[in-house]
Amino acid sequence: MKSLRVLVVVPCYNEQRSVAAVVNDIHWVKTRFGLSLDTLVVNDCSTDNTMAVVRTLDCLHLDLPVNLGIGGCMQAGYKYAYRKGYDIAVQIDGDGQHPAEGLIKLLRPLFDDQADVVIGSRFLERQGFQSSFVRRIGIRYFRWLNQLLIRKTVHDSTSGFRAFNRKTIEIVNRYYPDEYPEPEAIVQFGLHKLRLLEVPVLMEERQGGTSSIGWIQSVYYLFKVTLGTLFVYIRLRKI
Amino acid sequence: MQSLPITIQLFSIVGTLIFMAFIARLIVRGKLREEYSFVWIVCAIILLVFSVWRDGLTQISRLLGVFYPPSLIFLMAIFAIICFLVHLSVVNSKLQHSIKELTHEIAILKKEVTDMQAPDNFVVENKKKTSAT
Repeated sequence: MKSLRVLVVVPCYNEQRSVAAVVNDIHWVKTRFGLSLDTLVVNDCSTDNTMAVVRTLDCLHLDLPVNLGIGGCMQAGYKYAYRKGYDIAVQIDGDGQHPAEGLIKLLRPLFDDQADVVIGSRFLERQGFQSSFVRRIGIRYFRWLNQLLIRKTVHDSTSGFRAFNRKTIEIVNRYYPDEYPEPEAIVQFGLHKLRLLEVPVLMEERQGGTSSIGWIQSVYYLFKVTLGTLFVYIRLRKI
Repeated sequence: MQSLPITIQLFSIVGTLIFMAFIARLIVRGKLREEYSFVWIVCAIILLVFSVWRDGLTQISRLLGVFYPPSLIFLMAIFAIICFLVHLSVVNSKLQHSIKELTHEIAILKKEVTDMQAPDNFVVENKKKTSAT
């Protein structure tokens, strides 16, 4: 069971203060549970000293020469996982939102082959950081949209704390949404008939850096993701 | 509508010719790709035709039942501009996709090169691989 090779992808954009703690946390989980796990930090063309910090850490790293946003950044990691033959790829954000203790919860259903995609949800047990009121309304809207399109309920559809098995890695290696990929990817996975599973995890408020979504961009976010989701649906419906 | 005075006709013919020369120069210098210049050349030719054929616009408007000829110009020009803008958006999206793919390739290749240059880093990865299998 533990012979499966895991790649933890840590997307980073200006996270010089938090990335070291994140990588060390992952190492701690790795040694504690004896996992065969590599950490890959993907630096999305940060303008601060993130890259210098990452070089001193005991991890693999990719350095994107152009800023691609979270979707393109994650796809670089997934492509790497695909090419190097990893069995499982996990996303853990570089801002410290996703405590690494949750990692083992995410991996277990994949080790047991109970799911293709495991999503860490902060709403299943309602513990830890629950996000702001406005964001929860947005998340509820995406939940409704996902239910409508793929008839599956994902409570925390904007959660970036997710783990993919090999089958899913092959799919995201080919296509992964660009900006704000999380809700869109759920529809993509649903239409590929992948088994989605949500597990309760704790999340924390970010430790460093700024969110990829500010107040003004929220409306844009809503429209962009709705459009992206609908078009992914139309494109993949025939599969 | 009375026909155009001769001065404005000369003016528009000269202007169109200068525009064509400008497009041609951009192509020769390699600053404009041929596939995008096509639209502009067609544009210039239409302009030239109407500069020479003085009553053209009035006659076509009468044929189509347009009362005020200049509104026909605006209609056609705006339509052409919108078509071209859509075309540019498509080109732009394609470029963005290519840049993303290239960025991924470069990042992965860069990692491979640094792995080869730093032998101890390379050994660490090999060790990880053997311990995993």
